[in-house]
Amino acid sequence: MVNEPVIKTVDLNCFFGSLQVLKSINIEIPHNEIIGIIGPANSGKTTFLRALNRLNCLQRTYSQTGEILLDGRDISKIGDNLLRKKIGIIFALPQVLPIPIFDNVAYGPKVHGVTGKETITHIVETALQRAYLWDEVKDRLREPAVRLSGGQQQRLCIARTLAVEPEVILYDEPCSGLDPISTAKVEDAMQQLKQDYTQILVTNNTKQASRVSERCAFFLMGDLVEIGPTKTLFTNPKDKRTDDYITGRFG
Amino acid sequence: MPRKISEFIIELSIKLSGYVVVVFVFLVFLFLLRDSLSLFRHYPVGDFLFGTEWLPISDPPKFGVVPLLLGSIYVTVWAILICVPLGVGSAMFISEVAPRPLKHVLKSLVEILASIPSVVLGFLGIIWLGPVLRNGFGLATGMCGLTGSLLLAFMALPTIISISEDALVGVPRTYREAAFGLGATRWQTLWRIILPSASSGILAAVMLGVGRVVGETMVVMMVTGNAPVIPGSILKPLRTLTATIAGEMGETVGGSEHYFALFAVGLVLFAITFSINFIADLFLRKARK
Amino acid sequence: MNRAKIRQHVAFSLLGAVTLLIVAPILLVILYVIINGAGTISWEFLTAAPRQGMKAGGIFPAIVGTVLLVIGTMLFSLPLGVLAAIYLVEYASDDLLTRMVKLSVVNLSGIPSIVYGLFGFTLFVLLLHLGTSILAGSLTLAIMSLPVIITASKEALESVPFTYREISLSLGASRWQTVRYCVLPYAIPGVLTGTVLSLSRAAGETAPILFTVAAFYLPRLPHSVFDQAMALPYHLYVISTQVPNIPIEISFATALVLVALVFLMNLVSIILRAHYRKKRLW
Repeated sequence: MVNEPVIKTVDLNCFFGSLQVLKSINIEIPHNEIIGIIGPANSGKTTFLRALNRLNCLQRTYSQTGEILLDGRDISKIGDNLLRKKIGIIFALPQVLPIPIFDNVAYGPKVHGVTGKETITHIVETALQRAYLWDEVKDRLREPAVRLSGGQQQRLCIARTLAVEPEVILYDEPCSGLDPISTAKVEDAMQQLKQDYTQILVTNNTKQASRVSERCAFFLMGDLVEIGPTKTLFTNPKDKRTDDYITGRFG
Repeated sequence: MPRKISEFIIELSIKLSGYVVVVFVFLVFLFLLRDSLSLFRHYPVGDFLFGTEWLPISDPPKFGVVPLLLGSIYVTVWAILICVPLGVGSAMFISEVAPRPLKHVLKSLVEILASIPSVVLGFLGIIWLGPVLRNGFGLATGMCGLTGSLLLAFMALPTIISISEDALVGVPRTYREAAFGLGATRWQTLWRIILPSASSGILAAVMLGVGRVVGETMVVMMVTGNAPVIPGSILKPLRTLTATIAGEMGETVGGSEHYFALFAVGLVLFAITFSINFIADLFLRKARK
Repeated sequence: MNRAKIRQHVAFSLLGAVTLLIVAPILLVILYVIINGAGTISWEFLTAAPRQGMKAGGIFPAIVGTVLLVIGTMLFSLPLGVLAAIYLVEYASDDLLTRMVKLSVVNLSGIPSIVYGLFGFTLFVLLLHLGTSILAGSLTLAIMSLPVIITASKEALESVPFTYREISLSLGASRWQTVRYCVLPYAIPGVLTGTVLSLSRAAGETAPILFTVAAFYLPRLPHSVFDQAMALPYHLYVISTQVPNIPIEISFATALVLVALVFLMNLVSIILRAHYRKKRLW
């Protein structure tokens, strides 16, 4: 169903204990869009992201109301394994397992039941290529992943997410620890991935949002203040708060 | 899907393993209770709990637990009197005074002490400590309560030292820094600020030490003289709850009153150590906050 | 200020003296046993069976018995303890049942060893009809060792960085897959260290085996797990207290062998700990 949004939230409210972190979020994200989510710290951006693949549930105090739909299906009816396969996430600081590069990427397919050395090798190679990392690591796939640089590790994280063939890729401030060159490489990868994946990018860096995303949503203190095409949001925002944030009056 | 099934079985085993631990505690209590109740069917509970004579082989047999209880209490009190000042003092030295290399050596030595089997200490009590005390105090026999207390104190030291040390180390750095900032010496800080703040943890350490001492069997069985009478003094032979069970079990006939009486003693022991550990755990939690 | 400093010196010296008072006997005890026992230790002593009611010969069966008991204890307590620890760390929610499990672990660690002996006797020897046997003794020691193994395994599991779990779960792995591939392999060092430590304690215990397995004079080795067996701690107990006229050297030598065995196991545990600390990946 190409016309149906891939992600849709209906009146989503998120709580940690009694603290409400997101208020009544209604968003629709169409296929193959790159949407940026901007806003100051503690606005609930990360919580929103992690609600989509149910990582928030790892926290014991978390609760939510409202619906989240993936391709029209309520995600609470989708099992954790399948949901997180379809919605992958790249964390802020590159986190790799203390195992070889190849195994890091192969881990995802393996837990989802893919067998066969050739199949897995093919999947790993494809994923590394799409993450723009293959050329740099093709001769050292057996080396520990921890030896890679920060930027390379982050692209490795993208590769391992791609290896399980998701529909949606979430990025939680993925370049916050990276130098500009690595950041550029990650952003390039995101542009290329647009053809096959829907991507949601949470970022504190408004310039990155304007470089990469087509639409942008501005979160402030748990509210979705404004959402619209990136160019418009940045040059002519409808809400004054959006304007204040983008021009740097607070943040 | 076979994977889903095997995972289900594994996760079930995991959950069951957790619950089994609870089951074990209940089972221990239940078994003790069951056989104790067999005693109380014919022998009054009051006579058991308050009786002052433990004469299992007389006719009629007397199963008063008071001499044994007092034996345990005497030995424990003396052991604690000896090992708490020594243990807490050492803990203070190790955590606050000793330089780093010495600290490691001392902690290793304490660990070594913790691993010496109790039967070896009992053996040394018979061979060496007993005769020393006999000659030193001019006693009829060196197998008396004091010998046991000294050895028990020695055995309880690792518990007291390591938990007290944890408590002392756990005092927030800000307390120390505040005290130093006001010009206090290390000793003043230790004595007036750190020690009181660590008091919950140290109390827990003492209680756990008490629990350890009360529950010890081999040492007391080997060196305290095995006289199940109300002890006249710590320098006379006595008998503890633990030694009674261990020593007399071999002489009983399964299903006899004597047999059940020993289980009743076990129940008393269980109740005592359970309460002590429960209270100690409360103190430990308080200390962690 | 001067008076305070003097007071500090006095106080610290006192504390040092107290520590010395404790530490010196530890060394003296070890030396005492070594000096008095080493002379009698010979290959014959370690490998021969006892003769003449223990007045001569060796203690080989006791060594074998202790080794068998340790192996048996490990077989029963290690899997159960690790699984229980996995439950507490990876699967338990914050409800009443979990708190009961945690409380039970604490309670189990506080039960006196002789009460374990009674329990083992009632459950394994009588109820399950295992008789006084290596099996009954191992099971009893295993339950006694559970709290130590559970606690050590719990700490080992908790020390594995949370991000490993997060990575695995975010890729869609199940909870068990996460534990199996991303947590357990890295917790194994801690589990092993704790296990060896707990087994070294079990090797030295006498009270739990008094009624469940121990025999005094069994010149031949046990044939099956249903047999009784000699064991070093029980052996030392009997020759010190029950049997008259045993040459004192034999008693010291037995004590030394027991102490050496326990120390060896402790040493293995310490070496493991140091080795894995160096290899730590995070």
